[in-house]
Amino acid sequence: MPLRFEARAEASARMRYGSPLVAVLLTVAGGLVLFILLGRNPLHGFRVFFYDPVKDLYGVSELLLKATPLMLIATGLAVGFRANVWNIGAEGQFLMGAVAATGVALMFHDSTSMLVLPAMLVAGAIGGAAWAAIPAFLKTRCNTSEILVSLMLVYVAQFVVSWVVFGPWKDPQGFNFPQTVMFADSALLPVLIPGTRLTVAFLIAIAALVAGHFFMTRSYAGFQMQVTGQAEAAANYAGFSGPRTVWIGLVAGGALAGVAGMSEVAGPMGQLTDHASSGYGFAAIIVAFVGRLSALGIFFASLLMALLYMGGEQAQQHLNLPPAIGQVFQGMLLFFLLGADVFVNYRLRRSRAAP
Amino acid sequence: MEDAVAAARAGVPRLDLRRIRKVYPTVIANDGIDLAVAPGEIHAVLGENGAGKSTLMKIIYGVTQRTGGEMYWEGEPVEPENPAHARSLGIGMVFQHFALFETLTVAENVALALPGHPGLRELARRIETMSARYGLPVDPRRLVHALSVGERQRVEIIRCLLQHPKLLIMDEPTSVLTPQAVAKLFETLRRIAAEGCSILYISHKLDEIQELCHAATVLRAGRVTGTFTPSRETPQSMARMMIGKDLPAYERGAALAGGEPRLRLLGLSQASDDPFGTNLEDLRLSVCAGEVVGIAGVSGNGQRELLRMISGERMIEDAAQVEICGIPAGRLAPGRRRRLGMCFVPEERLGRGAVPQMSLIENALLTAARTMRLVRRGLIDFAAARRFAAACVARFGVKASGPGVAAQSLSGGNLQKFIMGREIMQEPKLLVVAQPTWGVDVGAAAFIRQSIIDLRSRGCAVVVISEELDELFEVCDRIAVIAAGRLSPAKPASSTDVEEIGVWMSGMWPDAAAGAAEMRNAA
Amino acid sequence: MTFAMDASLVTPIVSASIVAGTPLVIAALGELVTEKSGVLNLGVEGMMAIGAVTGFVAAQHSGSTIIGVLAAMVAGAASALAFAILVLDLTANQVASGLALAIFGVGLAAFAGKPYESVVLPPVRALPIPLLADIPLLGPALFDQQWLVYFSWALCAGVAWFLYRSRAGLVLRAVGESPASAHAVGYRVIRIRYFATMFGGAMAGIAGAFLSLFYTPMWSEGLVAGRGWIALALVVFGTWRPLRVLVGAYLFGGVLIAQLFVQGSGLPLEIPPQLLSSLPYIATVAVLVIISRNPNTIRLNSPVSLGQPYRPDA
Repeated sequence: MPLRFEARAEASARMRYGSPLVAVLLTVAGGLVLFILLGRNPLHGFRVFFYDPVKDLYGVSELLLKATPLMLIATGLAVGFRANVWNIGAEGQFLMGAVAATGVALMFHDSTSMLVLPAMLVAGAIGGAAWAAIPAFLKTRCNTSEILVSLMLVYVAQFVVSWVVFGPWKDPQGFNFPQTVMFADSALLPVLIPGTRLTVAFLIAIAALVAGHFFMTRSYAGFQMQVTGQAEAAANYAGFSGPRTVWIGLVAGGALAGVAGMSEVAGPMGQLTDHASSGYGFAAIIVAFVGRLSALGIFFASLLMALLYMGGEQAQQHLNLPPAIGQVFQGMLLFFLLGADVFVNYRLRRSRAAP
Repeated sequence: MEDAVAAARAGVPRLDLRRIRKVYPTVIANDGIDLAVAPGEIHAVLGENGAGKSTLMKIIYGVTQRTGGEMYWEGEPVEPENPAHARSLGIGMVFQHFALFETLTVAENVALALPGHPGLRELARRIETMSARYGLPVDPRRLVHALSVGERQRVEIIRCLLQHPKLLIMDEPTSVLTPQAVAKLFETLRRIAAEGCSILYISHKLDEIQELCHAATVLRAGRVTGTFTPSRETPQSMARMMIGKDLPAYERGAALAGGEPRLRLLGLSQASDDPFGTNLEDLRLSVCAGEVVGIAGVSGNGQRELLRMISGERMIEDAAQVEICGIPAGRLAPGRRRRLGMCFVPEERLGRGAVPQMSLIENALLTAARTMRLVRRGLIDFAAARRFAAACVARFGVKASGPGVAAQSLSGGNLQKFIMGREIMQEPKLLVVAQPTWGVDVGAAAFIRQSIIDLRSRGCAVVVISEELDELFEVCDRIAVIAAGRLSPAKPASSTDVEEIGVWMSGMWPDAAAGAAEMRNAA
Repeated sequence: MTFAMDASLVTPIVSASIVAGTPLVIAALGELVTEKSGVLNLGVEGMMAIGAVTGFVAAQHSGSTIIGVLAAMVAGAASALAFAILVLDLTANQVASGLALAIFGVGLAAFAGKPYESVVLPPVRALPIPLLADIPLLGPALFDQQWLVYFSWALCAGVAWFLYRSRAGLVLRAVGESPASAHAVGYRVIRIRYFATMFGGAMAGIAGAFLSLFYTPMWSEGLVAGRGWIALALVVFGTWRPLRVLVGAYLFGGVLIAQLFVQGSGLPLEIPPQLLSSLPYIATVAVLVIISRNPNTIRLNSPVSLGQPYRPDA
């Protein structure tokens, strides 16, 4: 089978947007195979995984609820990824944002002020940004790999959360569970649609998407980030500051991840617990890639990933499968996307042996 | 009877190519090329950049496979599948951009290309024998990154010779050598050929071909446009075959006298931040409005470091060592230096001078955003950027379907015209250009050189850093030489010649050390 | 806040540090070979997780530790193969693909290992080396270990010999230094990188099996706990030299053990246990800072083409 790849003269715009769709189809196909291997009826599995979670309004609202942190984090990460700043520690920044917001909520537990929520939002953003500032500082000052540092700090952040909920902030009436008290009403995000858990954080996420889009496509600073990502030498030649790119890239991701963390503790959770995150920080990396680092792409990709989360939960309840199956699907999606991307720059040709 | 066989065999070309074709997705690189090389013959293949010379050599050496045509090696049809196969046939190649490994020793580099498992110590001895025999001095134990460009070329040649090749391919071998080193290389090549090895000599330098080669084949746009005996031609007639018309002439007035200094190097000394780089030592130069000053030199002698320090990509500890338009600029970032009136054209076009995947509009923003007011309150004015890019495309004759095309879709010459245009249209007070016509076709090169001369006649100070001496003599009013991180005094081009600059390129200008001390005392 | 170090503690602490460092040694040496060929595989964490589960399941069903280790090796190599296809044949971004492998591997391991979470296997017995194990203090610490520990030493020596003494190692380094030159000289760059990547995966698989079969010996979802990432950091810390990687891994093992030791010592310290638990990760950051501060350290030692896609033009 003498097939080989041949470079395209110019990147195919059609495949650029087509390959995520190809990846989705391949993931679904892979999922069907997986269900068969597990001895489950694939059509039933497909229905439980992809349809049941969103068959009613409540399901859709839950989908948007889960998509909200993904959208927030992925928007911030995309800013950095475009400049080849690889922040993969959003999970830790998410947790530190949650911790900071929780601190504010607990400090003003008895307050009914309208300002508690904005203060928590700011605290969340600062908490996440501060955590991301560590790899940024070390990268710009000591040339340290931001990949490894941001990732190591995920583990440290988990221990910080564990420490506060086991230690100083533990709910005294919580039967020794590792969790804080439930937040006061003034520290909870208003619900968007009555009868659901969807909060105004969803609107904040949409606003972040739009702002991120505007920044990357219209602003000179965003342009500089893109140049850095595509050709670092050209950015040096043009005089774009390398350290500034690193700082913007990491802090944008950290701040939005922190906001996402705040939106979780002040939203569906209503408190800080030892399990504050469901791996949103890592899943958002996949969202950013599958969404092509663009606003619209991230919007749809975060819905898709949220669906995989919910499908995983459904599979646990109705198919008796471990919830990690959601992660398997997420990983498959990214794998297939990266593979399908080859067709953006290459095409498959039957190779002709020289006569 | 036996004599007849021998005679017939003698008449068989060592290499015989017939109707060779190579088709890439976007371009037909070779379109029916015929070429025959006799044993012991030095055969020139000449043509402009993009004529298809390199592709043809890669096919012969098995780096890439042809789309069509036939190849005969000593009368037998062959199909070189990869370089190892080509080498086993007896084909050796010295690459233009050397295929060496920086962090390995000379002997290890040679070992990687030899069949079998020669022991490194035994190999070192063979390298020394070979280098003595052909006058190619090189130490087999040294690491390649510590070698000069000329020494690296010797390593490549020795690596080939150790395999006793019957055909040696040399791809633009003299672009990295001083004129004197070129003469030495030619002696070596003549000796190799006299022993019966054929040589394919790729070049676009007509005088060299005339001096060295027995026969020549001319390529233009992937086709053969002529075969001839170089000794019977003139450079003019060869140029016509190569580019289809006469070599261009330049219009240049006299340099403007008495312009104020726009760039001054005041004892610039700085260690390179690259462990494999060159340290600069006490560089002194003054470039005034209305003149072009050239900096000659073999690549790797500090040009890259000097460029980065002038452009601002690399800061200098003592800010006063570089002065731009009268202001100490050694610690200013590139953007600040641009605001002083400096523009800059780097040697690499794709990836440094332009972002490959971005459009010409976005690439216009790269350096012209501030000076041409393409950004307002932090936001990009895309309409203004488009107008600027379109004007640049029109004024500098860039062949592109519009300003919206990606930079990487342009040919080397067209992209260089765009980058030159982008910098020149900002009407700089000082323009620094590195390798202005490297890899550019003759027509575009002429255009670019003329626009450098025109800019200087409008009162701009221009610095041209180039490895092509012919080019420097065409455009420069004064020429200095950089060698081993030190800079010679700049001499008026009219009172020096290629021979003298060539001697200087090996670091031997008069009072190289004493002169520096004198200048230090005077300052 | 001082406590005397009892001499009798030296043996168990050194011994335990070596055990804790061993999975890091094996995984980091595998990654070192991969990186020397110019391929950056960030998916070590995922490959270790896959190896850990596969090894555990295989050992449980077969009753043989060796079969478990071999199965883990094959599984690690297979997951590296998937990565290699992406980045070598399909020229996908190595950073993104490595992340994908890390996320996917951890997820797949958690999924596949769920039914085995409560199973405990009998520990693998130590294999004292006669005579050497009788040396006072260090003898039992070094030479009364499980056989995979000895394997890791052989691996270190083997990798060092391969890279700096064998011709194949020379070729591998040449490919990592300049794939274009290696191709021009006539080496099959892609094929060599496939081998190096799969070797890295195989070692990561064994390292995972060490965790699930020798170290704990059981499987749980968080078993690998970032050791794959620490192994990546160790390659940088060891500046791509096998022996330095080995030493670095044992220092890390020491940190891991020290914090466990302090936590378990019952000493009246006002240190939250979480701070102690996070020490290995903070230590990783610290060593990265120290080693990266001089940019030339990295420049001179890292494979030049590391992480850059290469495809020979046909």
